[in-house]
Amino acid sequence: MKELMIILIGAALVNNVVLSQFLGLCPFLGVSKKIETAAGMGAAVIFVITISSLIASLIYKFILQPLHLEYLQTIVFILVIAALVQFVEIMLKKTSPGLYQALGVYLPLITTNCAVLGVALLNVQKDYGILASVVNGFGTAIGFTIAIVIMAGIRERIEGNDIPKAFRGSPIILITAGLMAIAFFGFAGLL
Amino acid sequence: MNKYVERLYNGIIKENPTFVLMLGMCPTLAVTTSAMNGLGMGLTTTVVLVMSNLIISALRKMIPDKVRIPAFIVIVASLVTVVELILEANLPSLYETLGIYIPLIVVNCIILGRAEAFASKNSIGLSIFDGIGMGLGFTVGLTCIGIFREWIGNGTIFSLKLSPESYEPISIFVLAPGAFFVLAMLTALQNKLKLKSATNGEGAKSNIACGGNCSTCSGSDCAINRELLEKEKENR
Repeated sequence: MKELMIILIGAALVNNVVLSQFLGLCPFLGVSKKIETAAGMGAAVIFVITISSLIASLIYKFILQPLHLEYLQTIVFILVIAALVQFVEIMLKKTSPGLYQALGVYLPLITTNCAVLGVALLNVQKDYGILASVVNGFGTAIGFTIAIVIMAGIRERIEGNDIPKAFRGSPIILITAGLMAIAFFGFAGLL
Repeated sequence: MNKYVERLYNGIIKENPTFVLMLGMCPTLAVTTSAMNGLGMGLTTTVVLVMSNLIISALRKMIPDKVRIPAFIVIVASLVTVVELILEANLPSLYETLGIYIPLIVVNCIILGRAEAFASKNSIGLSIFDGIGMGLGFTVGLTCIGIFREWIGNGTIFSLKLSPESYEPISIFVLAPGAFFVLAMLTALQNKLKLKSATNGEGAKSNIACGGNCSTCSGSDCAINRELLEKEKENR
């Protein structure tokens, strides 16, 4: 149990997926304009990454490893993730239209989010078991959500500020991300 | 200008993936902690890009239009696996430092973008040169950023000491925040000088990944995104 907690906190705060590993930068910079949309994207990412790390680790443990096909992991994972996102989208549409309304728009965008594939590969690299993989995936997605929601909050504030002309648009967002990354260094003391 | 040379010029200067198109930002920020890492990542991506352009261009008449994106992804993923195994066998130190970012070349926008925008429509020869041009452009971009970060953050370039003894390295530049700062300064400079770049075109019109700037990116941005969005629109 203690080990799982360490994995969770480590994935969410200490090794934040966006701010220290640079995975999932496109949605982090693109969908962080309003807090609501950022939270929606975050929820969709939590949903998809948790499920995909479960499926990916099941496939790795019960299909790839027994057959000594570990080298196929990249191909298998990317296909599984792409199919999974489509599947989740169809399932949500049929079973819970409310959730689909809230997350639907963001789901297709997640296929190309490198954080999803990154987590699946990291789980294998770090030799996590199935439960630990799911916890790591969940923690990573929580970390993503925290980062993108904070970013959206800051961006809503920045809108009204008088920024030097050359820094308007993406430069100021990148600087904000850099400062956030410094702030997240503080969490390194947690573990 | 010869059209093959024109492809090289287009990739390295006119549509440089790092400085002009702003594609593949994840590896750009993550692996440029030193000039050597940037160069290694750039060359690895170049190899994958040239091979994938070659194969996709050769198969362009055989791949049905509807399943072309999954087909491209399978081709690229296979190539990445091959390159990964070669690196592991021959350059173990580079393989160690690049780590997870080698398999993540699969989801690099540049590769699928070129497959969709160029290789699936043009002859094999031209596609190979397009791959070489774009790959070298990416390599130049990564190496430049790597040289800058290593010099400021560590006082060295390609591990050679190039600063006076009294220079105290600003080590934050080889850490994660430094990557954001360097890219921020780069884009600010491009804004200031009004250089052609993805970041100082029209502001993003919607809240979609990569800024939703699909109308101005001429199809070289994440091709999948655009397609899925179009499908969304039809369904609505």
